[in-house]
Amino acid sequence: MAQRITVDPITRIEGHLRIDAEVEGGVIKDAWSSGQMWRGIEVILQGRDPRDAWVFTQRICGVCTTVHAIASVRAVENALNLEIPLNAQYIRNLILAIHALHDHIVHFYVLSALDWVDVVSALKADPQKTASLAESLSDWPGNSPERFKAVQEKIRALVESGQLGPFANAYWGHPAMQLPPEANLMAVSHYLEALDYQRKADSAYAILGGKNPHIQNLSVGGVTTAINLNNETTLNMERLYWIKQLVEEVSGFVKKVYLPDVTAIGAFYKDWFKFGAGVTNYLAVPDMPLDTKAEHFDLPGGTILDGDLKTVKAFTNFKDPYFRDNVVECIKHSWYKGDWTRSPFEEDTLPQYTDFDLTGKYSWIKAPRFQGRPMQVGPLAQVLVGYALGHEPTKKYVDDTLSKVSSLAGAQIGPEVLHSTPGRHLARAIRAAVLCDLAIKHWGLLVDNINRGDVAIFNSPTFPRGEQRGFGFHEAPRGALSHWIIIQDGKIKNYQCVVPSTWNAGPRDERGNPGPYEASLVGNPVAVPEKPLELLRTVHSFDPCIACAIHVLDPDGGEMSKVKVL
Amino acid sequence: MSRNLHLADIDPRLTRRGFLKGCVMAAAALGLSDEMVPHLVEAASSPQRPPVVWLHFQECTGCTEALLRASHPDIGRLILNLISLDYHETVMAAAGKQAEDVLDETIKKYDGKFICVVEGGIPTKDGGVYCKIGGRTAISILKDVAPRSAAIIAIGTCATFGGIQAASPNPTGAVGVRDIIHGKPIINISGCPPNPISFLGTVLNFLTFKRLPATDQLGRPLFAYGRKIHDQCERRAHFDEGRYAEHFGDDGHLEGYCLYKVGCKGPETFSNCPAVRFNDVEVWPVSAGHGCVGCTEPRFWDTMTPFYERLPNVKIPAGKGAVIGAESAGKKILGVTAAAIGIHAAVGIGKKLAKAKAAQKPEDIKKER
Repeated sequence: MAQRITVDPITRIEGHLRIDAEVEGGVIKDAWSSGQMWRGIEVILQGRDPRDAWVFTQRICGVCTTVHAIASVRAVENALNLEIPLNAQYIRNLILAIHALHDHIVHFYVLSALDWVDVVSALKADPQKTASLAESLSDWPGNSPERFKAVQEKIRALVESGQLGPFANAYWGHPAMQLPPEANLMAVSHYLEALDYQRKADSAYAILGGKNPHIQNLSVGGVTTAINLNNETTLNMERLYWIKQLVEEVSGFVKKVYLPDVTAIGAFYKDWFKFGAGVTNYLAVPDMPLDTKAEHFDLPGGTILDGDLKTVKAFTNFKDPYFRDNVVECIKHSWYKGDWTRSPFEEDTLPQYTDFDLTGKYSWIKAPRFQGRPMQVGPLAQVLVGYALGHEPTKKYVDDTLSKVSSLAGAQIGPEVLHSTPGRHLARAIRAAVLCDLAIKHWGLLVDNINRGDVAIFNSPTFPRGEQRGFGFHEAPRGALSHWIIIQDGKIKNYQCVVPSTWNAGPRDERGNPGPYEASLVGNPVAVPEKPLELLRTVHSFDPCIACAIHVLDPDGGEMSKVKVL
Repeated sequence: MSRNLHLADIDPRLTRRGFLKGCVMAAAALGLSDEMVPHLVEAASSPQRPPVVWLHFQECTGCTEALLRASHPDIGRLILNLISLDYHETVMAAAGKQAEDVLDETIKKYDGKFICVVEGGIPTKDGGVYCKIGGRTAISILKDVAPRSAAIIAIGTCATFGGIQAASPNPTGAVGVRDIIHGKPIINISGCPPNPISFLGTVLNFLTFKRLPATDQLGRPLFAYGRKIHDQCERRAHFDEGRYAEHFGDDGHLEGYCLYKVGCKGPETFSNCPAVRFNDVEVWPVSAGHGCVGCTEPRFWDTMTPFYERLPNVKIPAGKGAVIGAESAGKKILGVTAAAIGIHAAVGIGKKLAKAKAAQKPEDIKKER
């Protein structure tokens, strides 16, 4: 007997997501992903000043803060053919790398760990044995029996108080929870430490960005972070070294806690490497440009088809037609008026809510496609593309991590396991380690450039009459993000964002091909349909961001069409 | 006693002294005397943690993320020691039916006693279909939950004034909590996102005195929104002496001069940003060389844009060294004096302010100070 389950709300994500699944014999046979909120930010952008767009689009998401800001200024600069100064490039690179570190740490500990870690089981752990386990994984100084005992007491006090707060009514004791009590206690202790280290990452990029969430130091043409070594109110050596120190502390946590934890959990749950592959076409965009024209990058991007690393094809610069001419979006199953598949430049979209119909329209999210194919985006796509293109830092951390998983799991495990639910977590932690090193590298590039006497941060934009088209991409923590803009006489005529979570969480397309979330859930186990913990594991492994995924464009600026009221 | 174990006992870096310092700083932010510190400490360590239900509507989760970045109290201490965060979709372990059951149980068990926090705007157009959680619209959830709370805290400019989705043409009919819920204490912590200290100070005030702090006419606590940014800015002396950045990256900009001419909205914006700063590294947007965008003010997405044009009707010093105070533009109808860059600035700020003014309800107009 097949059973239909609906999980709404999916928690520990950004935004409002509903997942429906058909379960038979403890296995998911089919699944549907539905975004449940729409705000209309692109409609609001019509007719406004293109220089303001980044301030607006950054508010698409406060978890992915910075990413829509960066993609937006790049889109306008691309439309104007405007190069930005080298310092501005480095400062943006530092911000995007450090923000990603924050984002990946929070995603694993705050948003995903409770799918794999049983907090209540940690009460049964022996703190001494927990310390031995932790020490076998890394030499992190926080792994003492005393600390583990204190954390255990803290959990006990919380449980005995009867006020479990965010840990109430969860999946403790679920049959799919397989970690020994000691691993659970270690993870809970690291969960609490992660809260401190994510804050250090925020502090580091706030020095450049003025605050976060929602940095306020970008501008079309560069950045506003003034560089003057002889002034107390600008970016000077005291500030720069503060950034470096914070990044080094965060880097210690990433390499000695986050990456080892994900490695260990991957090994404990090695049976899960068979689940969650779904769509194995991958798309990543290059980022961390090394020059003012953005033709050389420290993070590679490109496409991989059908899971075959030999098919890798790189994107080479910010103007690459291979990217520009192959991205489309389909609205067959989305709550917008019409039924078409078009380039973001050509879209005309009107919201039209018509109730939840799995055979018809069932989501506010569109279905992006690349050369007609669904693509998976995210750290896994970026790591695989980097690996396939021979990107040294990526290769180093992938090989090192997989050999550790192999020895812990007692089985030889190669890159093929990355196409899976735990594989996405491993790839994210690997990417975080790569970004720690690149953040320090780009800090050095910035300091060296300042030392050469270059303090330029901004090239003033001018908007000619007539129409200009541009697109800007950015490899965000959740994957490839692109913004598409048409400017007419200095004003926004048309604005469209094709967002990582849109690529991943989108519904079926006109050919009935499911999106990555939907495809990855097929074959996923569900032991207790009323408590679909395993479904959450796979959905969370993508790091969903639904506010980002949903947006719309109304190029006519006309009346929004009426929708059926429930 | 293990019952009273603080995070400080877990983490040698989080000492009792650090905890007290947090309470002292909160007291200072709230404008309380030193005698009040023990009360704050007591409120912050009482065994029964006040239940909090946190609703997310049309939002970007930036306000929740801001709270993750708070350091006094930090998020761990907040949710383990100070409050019982019983429903919060971003951090709670339960999902789907298990999550909705928690919401129902919390409201039943603590009827009239829980704090309701709202993050995000509420779409009212087309029956509210633009935001649904667990199959229910945001507006129906708010009308169900909010009246049963002890007090409501609207966090962020979306929950307070409708926020970005309410910017023209407001395609979803988004509004703030006060536009829907009446007859309950509602406090507005505006900002995009607000500084977490403004939110936490309000919570600590409530825990200590069982009432919300004093507010301005827009429902914002005076301790955080009582003064203009312009009147607290470290670059004010440059303004008074006529020293300005004319463009990003020019000599004045590199010397840290006033940002009024590159679009700073500080003269029109009420907030504590220059005083309390962000992210534990003594920064705020102006310190990153960018003007204030006015994010704590109602309809700032329409009234404060274009962001890179100057505010009209701000008297600037006539010559070097002649100190003339900036005159508050208040919410008067203004003429356009924006300097166009390129071929730009078709719709001036003045025109928008006039439009916004026409659309304002009398109670929205800030009292002239």
